[in-house]
Amino acid sequence: MDPLLIARLQFASTTIFHYFFVPVSIGMALTIAIMQTMYVIKGDDRYKRLTQFFGTLFLINFAVGVVTGILQEFQFGMNWSTYSRFVGDVFGPSLAIEGLLAFFLESTFIGVWVFGWNRLSKRLHLASVWLVSIGTIMSAFWILSANSFMQNPVGFEFAGDRAQMNSFGAILTNPHLWAQFPHVLLTSFATGAFLIAGISAWKLIRRHDVDLFKRSFRIAITVGALSAFAILFTGHWQAQYLVKSQPMKMAAAEALWENSGDPAPFTVFADINTEEKKNNFEIQIPYLLSFLSFNQFNGSVEGINELQEQYVEKYGPGDYIPPVTTLFWVFRIMTGAGGVMLLLGFYGMYASRRGKLPKNNLYLKLMPFAMILPFIANTCGWILTEMGRQPFVVFGLMKTEDAVSPSVTANEMLFSLIAFTALYSVLAIVTIYLFARHIKKTDHFDTDLPTASDPFDRKGGAEIVS
Amino acid sequence: MSLSEFWFILITILFVGFFVLEGFDFGVGIVSRFLGKDDQEKRVYINTVGPFWDANEVWLITAGGAMFAAFPHWYATMFSGLYIPLVFMLLALIIRGVSFEFRGKVKDQRWRHTWDWAMFAGSLLPPILWGVVLANFITGMPINQDKEMVGGFLQFLHPFALLGGAMFLFLTITHGLQFITIRTTGDLQERARKLGQRVTPVTIVLFLAFIIIAYFTSDVFTNHGQTFMVLPILAWVALLFANLYNAQKMDFNAFALTTVTIILLTGSIFIGMFPRVMISSISDAFSLTVYNASSGGYTLKLMTYFSIALLPFVLGYQAWSYYIFRKRVKQEDELEY
Ligand code: HDD
Ligand code: HEM
Ligand code: HEM
Repeated sequence: MDPLLIARLQFASTTIFHYFFVPVSIGMALTIAIMQTMYVIKGDDRYKRLTQFFGTLFLINFAVGVVTGILQEFQFGMNWSTYSRFVGDVFGPSLAIEGLLAFFLESTFIGVWVFGWNRLSKRLHLASVWLVSIGTIMSAFWILSANSFMQNPVGFEFAGDRAQMNSFGAILTNPHLWAQFPHVLLTSFATGAFLIAGISAWKLIRRHDVDLFKRSFRIAITVGALSAFAILFTGHWQAQYLVKSQPMKMAAAEALWENSGDPAPFTVFADINTEEKKNNFEIQIPYLLSFLSFNQFNGSVEGINELQEQYVEKYGPGDYIPPVTTLFWVFRIMTGAGGVMLLLGFYGMYASRRGKLPKNNLYLKLMPFAMILPFIANTCGWILTEMGRQPFVVFGLMKTEDAVSPSVTANEMLFSLIAFTALYSVLAIVTIYLFARHIKKTDHFDTDLPTASDPFDRKGGAEIVS
Repeated sequence: MSLSEFWFILITILFVGFFVLEGFDFGVGIVSRFLGKDDQEKRVYINTVGPFWDANEVWLITAGGAMFAAFPHWYATMFSGLYIPLVFMLLALIIRGVSFEFRGKVKDQRWRHTWDWAMFAGSLLPPILWGVVLANFITGMPINQDKEMVGGFLQFLHPFALLGGAMFLFLTITHGLQFITIRTTGDLQERARKLGQRVTPVTIVLFLAFIIIAYFTSDVFTNHGQTFMVLPILAWVALLFANLYNAQKMDFNAFALTTVTIILLTGSIFIGMFPRVMISSISDAFSLTVYNASSGGYTLKLMTYFSIALLPFVLGYQAWSYYIFRKRVKQEDELEY
């Protein structure tokens, strides 16, 4: 087998796996910090219980996020040594600073938080969870500054055959970073929020501690709805930026083979024919692509075939067309998921504020399934970002095929791919098992607030078993 | 001193910090399943490192990031060259990391046994592998003119490397046991002391053999003059005294001295490599050095500012976290985690 292919598979699978846990950590850390703040300010014990209930889930998730991250840190050197030599100067500092500024912070204070419940003053303990939350956000910023360099290289010059940093300011003000960071941050908040809302909904349906989970539902769905709303704007902003910076990616995501004409229509569905480089069949909405790309109802968008010619002129002979069918569909799945999340979020916000929730069973029954939407959208988003950049690993500078380690054999890579995939599968199963177990338990809390005395509970305590 | 030399020192410090701090985490992870007779006791042992292990591991992560930034060639050559050992190390670190979290989540014998095993294996493998890597740092590795490692991974497992693995394993166990003695009380503490009495002599012998062979087969301890040989010898003497203090129940002294041993050992190896960061066994000319493997001046300067600004805070709050959890762990405590 081709080492390049294995290295790509390994990078894709391990990163996607890492990114199942990352947004949950970022989103839940924030939501938990909010809950604990309410506890400290209001002195209401119910918020403490919520903090602890979701805190347990958060910690399980965080642990897997951390251990899968360690692999990421070393993977560049292991499988992509040529790449590492080429960009280390520019890419490395982001990782080093991430370690110094973010990882030390979150890992130290997560320990303080877990073991500090009875040892620290309430306020100090609250501060520790906020520091964890800030740590996760800073960590996202720094890793994205590295990723943005690969998408849109800035702030460097060539020194022999290596890229060398010459402006840190340019790295930090990379327009790609400022298009990407808000999107990632908000989608992470939405991921955590939908997870908490889904779990709370499940609890509400089963009438476990209704008084508590009503509260967590309301907090989470508010965060979720507002994030989903803001995601529309950040996503739109990113798309506009892409048309300028990586027009090929955007054209592929639209399956737009020829120039669109003015105004450009948006393709909802297409039967894509990559052999003949055209679509056999498509359903379109007029004007919409112009709006997505330029914020106005006119303007034409360049097509793949034209761009291919331009790229050949600019970067030399080669095939610059990324996998169009995949990109087209992942883009639609991501935005589609976003749309559904938006609807569910706002309806939930409305219903929970109007006090309609405990009765509204269909909606509550949907929410546990809706937990999966952000995970799908996140994965699709990264596939769009990363696959859409192919064949480059650093856009315009280095191709993926030139980035792989020359000294590692295909067998070695295959061994590590299999080993990590196997271990990750076990981790996934155990994590889901532990989540389900914790969620199903009815006796999370001590006896002061028994489920039986629950005002919403019509059946009485005896029948409450999960 | 040039900036690349400064960064070599900083990375050395990060590795020393990692070996000292994760050293006792590994040691505790290895012995806890044998020292603890029942579940509760095991939990006490594990909790001696509970609040700290994650932050301790970040020393390695940051060392990796710093290598990437300051010496991209070192990062690339080392991690692609030591591919298979690194895969095993990562697998071990992954199962160890989750076992801290997963172990207590289900009250079931089989479940806990499984994760105790995971913690044991995940703590056992990394020190062995790091010992092997350190030994290979000393002997040099087959790096060619393109800064790439050649030959399969079996070549890293020569007898001296295996000795290095055994030595480092025992060193972390000794260090971990000393850490337990300053973090527990009563019977649990006494058990760690007793085991320390049995283990440390082995460590002392392995350590001596390791530095003698290193002395005769490489230039690492004498690269900058014979006087530098005092460093590994002092490391060894510190270990001897650690054993004596352990016998006299002067636990803090004993732990301080095993810490000194690790600092001096790691320090002397890195000093001895300098100005090389990876020694080529093919030709001296192919060795990676702080000069031919480093980043440009701009990056190094930038990173210097960042590290000088941030490291004091990092050290400060980490020390603070040890301070707030200074109370010894007891069985009566709430041991939920
Ligand atoms: C948008 C956010 C984001 C992205 C794209 C990535 N990570 Fe990550 N990473 C995090 C956000 C994060 C996080 C939220 O900070 C952690 C901490 C716990 C968790 O679940 O994720 C994390 C943990 C984590 C750790 C463990 C830190 C610790 O021990 O505390 C390492 C070494 C990395 N990551 C490295 C990487 C690398 C090299 C990536 C690039 C491929 C990467 N991460 C992608
Ligand atoms: C912030 C850091 C990064 C993140 C979050 C990230 C994320 C992802 C994701 C989710 C994928 C899967 C997409 C797919 O299946 O095609 C992927 C693919 C890939 N990434 Fe990245 N990536 C990052 C940095 C890097 C770096 C530094 C490299 C350098 C070697 C890299 C190289 C690749 C390659 C080669 C693939 C496979 C592409 C393919 O299969 O088409 N990525 N990445
Ligand atoms: C609702 C409309 C949305 C639009 C218009 C949109 C747009 C985009 C675009 C254009 C990209 C590619 C950026 C690039 O290649 O540089 C992207 C990436 C991404 N999207 Fe979305 N998105 C939407 C919703 C969502 C939702 C709901 C989620 C998850 C909850 C999500 C998660 C992501 C992620 C994780 C990435 C990869 C990281 C990045 O490059 O920012 N997106 N999105």
